[in-house]
Formats: sequence, structure tokens, C-alpha cells
Amino acid sequence: MDGDIAGQHAIWMHRLAVKRDRSAFAELFEHFAPRVKAYLMRSGSDAEAAEELMQEAMLTVWRRAESFDASQASVATWIFTIARNKRIDVYRRSNRPDFDKNDPALVPDAEQQPDDAVAERQESGALRNAIAELPEEQAKMLRMAFYEDKAHSEIAEETGVPLGTVKSRLRLAIGRMRKIVTDLEPSS
Amino acid sequence: MSTNMQPHHHLNDEMLLDYAAGSLDEASSILVASHLTLCPECRGRLRSLEAVGGMLLEDIETTLVSEDALDAVLARLNEPESPRSAIDESIRSSKGTAVLPSPLRQYLGGDLADVQWRKKGGGVSMAEIRTSDDGPRAFMLKVDPKRAVPQHTHEGNEFVMVLTGGYSDGAGHFVRGDVEVSDQTVVHQPVADAGEPCVILAVMDAPIRFTGPLGRILGMFVKL
Repeated sequence: MDGDIAGQHAIWMHRLAVKRDRSAFAELFEHFAPRVKAYLMRSGSDAEAAEELMQEAMLTVWRRAESFDASQASVATWIFTIARNKRIDVYRRSNRPDFDKNDPALVPDAEQQPDDAVAERQESGALRNAIAELPEEQAKMLRMAFYEDKAHSEIAEETGVPLGTVKSRLRLAIGRMRKIVTDLEPSS
Repeated sequence: MSTNMQPHHHLNDEMLLDYAAGSLDEASSILVASHLTLCPECRGRLRSLEAVGGMLLEDIETTLVSEDALDAVLARLNEPESPRSAIDESIRSSKGTAVLPSPLRQYLGGDLADVQWRKKGGGVSMAEIRTSDDGPRAFMLKVDPKRAVPQHTHEGNEFVMVLTGGYSDGAGHFVRGDVEVSDQTVVHQPVADAGEPCVILAVMDAPIRFTGPLGRILGMFVKL
């Protein structure tokens, strides 16, 4: 079921990128706008600011539609990165340094697999199961790290869990997901 | 310089997770983005961590948006975007060649040849990188071939990434793209390889402390 939803999102994104299709945009908006707003509120903005920033983020979805690459990320992941970057721009008033895939200094990926988009969706499903099966204490740390813009020391302070334990729970959570997604594994 | 060699010393999970979540400070993010430029493997790890963010977004308890939100956005679809500055664009494309990764070039306003070095003595030069937050500091160090950075330790964490040349310390040998993390428990005296100067990007969340006799004297003059 989840795979179908992700597939449907990708189809809408494609229609948006290729045909500037407003009805496809409306579909994506209906699904993602309430999620993006919720994410922004969880990470510290009030309802009014979150609404405004959500609209900015969705406008960016429209403008950058052709840069969406289904072999690299799901639509949800891509929109998450847009919302995250908006949050950093506006609330921290700081830059978010990012790599540029057209940078002449870039060391390119090894040759692409032709069925990357399919592999990406299979991997997503596996990752989703891995997250669903995390012990609650680990899942909670992961949500705090992602939603609430919290440094590990702040998570420790707020939950009363020692810093070392916060770090080890996050490491365990990543470790569990790593078993599923080989991409998470560094070679050395 | 073998520019297409992949690094062997990678970003740790903690930095990459915080970068994916968007909670990493600006100076450390410059280092992360610079490493990502040179490391396809860590770009893959980042994609997976961002996928976790995407899934958490998918599963989040939703919030009602304003009734006219969609119309408000649809009305703005043809609004012109504020263009990137011309300087920005020229730094980005950099005429097909670049030594420094693009995130660093943007902060420096140019490539390695344009860096304004300040000599610190002992074959070491330094260039500060200005960030807009008040978090950890970022700077570049250039160490002449075979020269050593005086033995030191750290009151906090030190993150280093090699940009040109290489160096060795107790933990190993580090070349372009390699990342080394040192904390209070590490006392080291990195020595630059023979050949070209070793240029590194360093990020520190607290001052370093020189521990050797020469370093202690140097420390009085050299504010690293």
C-alpha cells in the first residue's frame, strides 16, 4: 500500500515537472501541505509562521519540480528536504551549505543502476518497516532529532536521559536501519 | 592530484544525522557539505538518512492548513523568483575546474588560489571562514610540506578535512577528502606529507591547547 502511495506521488511529480500540471500540484498540496505545516510547528514555529513557511515550501515544490529525481529520493523525502532548508533559512537566519552535483570538484558516483527508481522504492519500504519496528525509546530520539531541531545535548536535557544514552540510542536506531539499507554503511 | 580518488576516512553518523535533520551548526555543515562533494559513499548515506526524514514526514500527525492555502499558492505560481547573484553563479560554475569544493568556494568568494593566507610561523598559515551563526568556528590551515602543527589537544571537538596534500598523526594517514575527529582525549602532532603543502579545513567548538614545550610558547603568539 505504501509503495502505491509513493508511486502515485511520483506520477504526480512527473506530471508537475513535465506538464506544469496544476491538478497534479493540487493533489500533492492536499497530501503534503498539512504534513509540512505540522513538521514546521513541531520544530518550533507558531501556527501563523508555519502556515506562511509551508506555502513558501510548496511554492518551491512547484518551481523546482524538474529537479526532482525519482532515482535519488521519494517525493516525501524530497519535500522534507525543501521544508527543512526553508526552516534553516528563515529561523536560524543562517546558510545551509550544500554540495552541488554540478560542481567541477565533485567526485561522481559510480555508474547508475538503470532500475534505481524501483530499487529506491523497495528500499523505502524496507526502511519504513525498520523504523516501525524500532523500540519506542529509539524512535522517540529519532523523531526529536528530526522534527524538533534539537541538538543531542538538548534532547538529553529535555528527556532527562543522559547524553551518552541519547547518542547510543540514536546510534542503535541508525544501526538497525543500516542492516536494511546498505547505503548507510561506510566502507571503513 | 588524483582528484577522483574516494576518501577512506568518513563523516560519523552523528554529524551526518544532524546534517540530514537540519540541526547541525553552520561551520560543521560547511565541512560536511565539502566532504559530501568528494565522497559518493557518504552522499549515499545522507540519502538514506534523509529518507528517514521523508518517512517521518509521511507519518506525522497532520495540522490543518488555512482554507485558502492552495489558492494563495496557486496565485503565486508565476511570481518571479529572486535570482542568484552573478558572483554566486560564477563561483558555482568556476569555468570547469576547481580545487576546493563549491560550499567552501562560496564562503571564501573564490578558489584556493584566491585565499588570503595569514602566516602563523613554523610553516603554518591560516585563513578564517566567516559564518553567520555564533556556533563553532571554521578556518583553513596551510601547512608546508613535512612541517608539523605543534603538539596539541582540544577542549572540545575538532573536525578536520584534508583539501590538498596529506598529513599523518597517531590515528593514521589522511589525504584529500578524509575527515578526522579529535576530542579532549586526543593529543596529536599532525605532520604534513612531503610534496605539496597540506591544506585542511578545520572546525572547532572550543580552543585548542598546545601541550609540547615549543607549542606552549607558540600558543602565546599563535591564536588558532
